[in-house]
Amino acid sequence: MAKIVGAYATSHVPAIGVAMDQGLTDEPYWKPVFAGYEASRQWIADLKPDVAIVVYNDHANAFSLELIPTFALGCAAGFDIADEGMGRRPVPPVLGAPKLAWSMAQSLILDEFDITIVNQMEVDHGLTVPLSLAFGQVDAWPCPVIPLAVNVVQYPPPTGARCLKLGQAIRRAVEAFDEDLRVVIFGTGGMSHQLQGERAGLINADFDNRFLDLLIDDPAAAASIPHVDYLREAGSEGVELVMWLVMRGALAPQVKTIHRHYHVPASNTAVGHLVLEDGETD
Amino acid sequence: MTQSHNCADYHDIPGTYVFDAEQSRKGYHLNMFCMSLRSAANRDAFKADEAAYVDRFPMTAEQRQAILTRDWNEMLRLGGNIYYTAKLAMTDGITFQDLAAKMTGVSRDDYRAMMLAGGRPIDGNRTKAEWAKNG
Repeated sequence: MAKIVGAYATSHVPAIGVAMDQGLTDEPYWKPVFAGYEASRQWIADLKPDVAIVVYNDHANAFSLELIPTFALGCAAGFDIADEGMGRRPVPPVLGAPKLAWSMAQSLILDEFDITIVNQMEVDHGLTVPLSLAFGQVDAWPCPVIPLAVNVVQYPPPTGARCLKLGQAIRRAVEAFDEDLRVVIFGTGGMSHQLQGERAGLINADFDNRFLDLLIDDPAAAASIPHVDYLREAGSEGVELVMWLVMRGALAPQVKTIHRHYHVPASNTAVGHLVLEDGETD
Repeated sequence: MTQSHNCADYHDIPGTYVFDAEQSRKGYHLNMFCMSLRSAANRDAFKADEAAYVDRFPMTAEQRQAILTRDWNEMLRLGGNIYYTAKLAMTDGITFQDLAAKMTGVSRDDYRAMMLAGGRPIDGNRTKAEWAKNG
């Protein structure tokens, strides 16, 4: 059977992708951001996952206001890189894992998660920046990817509680698959940031670190945070953090923290990063 | 356990335009105009004659004016969403950080310095009442 072997959460700030693409990672502004990703790059290289499920959000690229799926699972054999308005990022094409993805879609729907099945979709920085952080600048991504796009642009996004339960259902769906695949799950977005309006630039390190603590040790409490608390305390775009709860739900109730990193700022955003595995902290 | 759909609770957050059902209905054509700028051919057509290009979209006079004058916060008030209006900013060659500086009414250097110093603090920035009290 397939198995979730680890979880990787990270912010997906577009400027991080630009910094990597333009070779700026050693500059004083960026160095402390990227220093926090070295240990986890080794972790995932050693882990050698067969598939990565990446929970992320599209930013008005694959989807517009014409169609707003709350949960959309990418079941295609591949996903092109989106031109977000300034040309495509110079990263490898993303290959899918259609057999597992379709199996997951069936399991999830029969498990009462009415997700949208996607066979044609471009992926934007929400998905490619985490891949770049995890795998570096490569000619080909080391494993196929199953994108799970979550709507967090049109209010309301799914609740934190719903996201946690979806993660639990993803674990069941993966474990029901009959090939021996080792699967890593990514939760992306956040942490505190606000890109819009007169309050743009809001950062709340206390909220972010409390969220990290809860996500690790008391995910039910993290899942009970209402949207208005994210909007007010973590900034209007901080509500992306509900996607980390999908990742957390796919792990066991008890997890060990392999790696944790927090830095302000990257552009407008607080960068958070967490690597977790099932089990007790040593 | 269900969350309230009462939007009054987030309308109390200062300097923030939550892209809810009301805003989305109001801003549909404005946002779809912005979405069209993902295509290089459309960006060229827009740059060649902005007024003629925006007339392709059935927007209100106020929305049209906000776009042509690049009144970024007004676009948000009139139903724009930041990920859409950012397409217009990118067409102008403005980064997300510089767009944020414009919306907060400070220079790019001042905004960047604020972020490097830890960002806009949460204390004093939670409610409209706090903003009214602090002027």
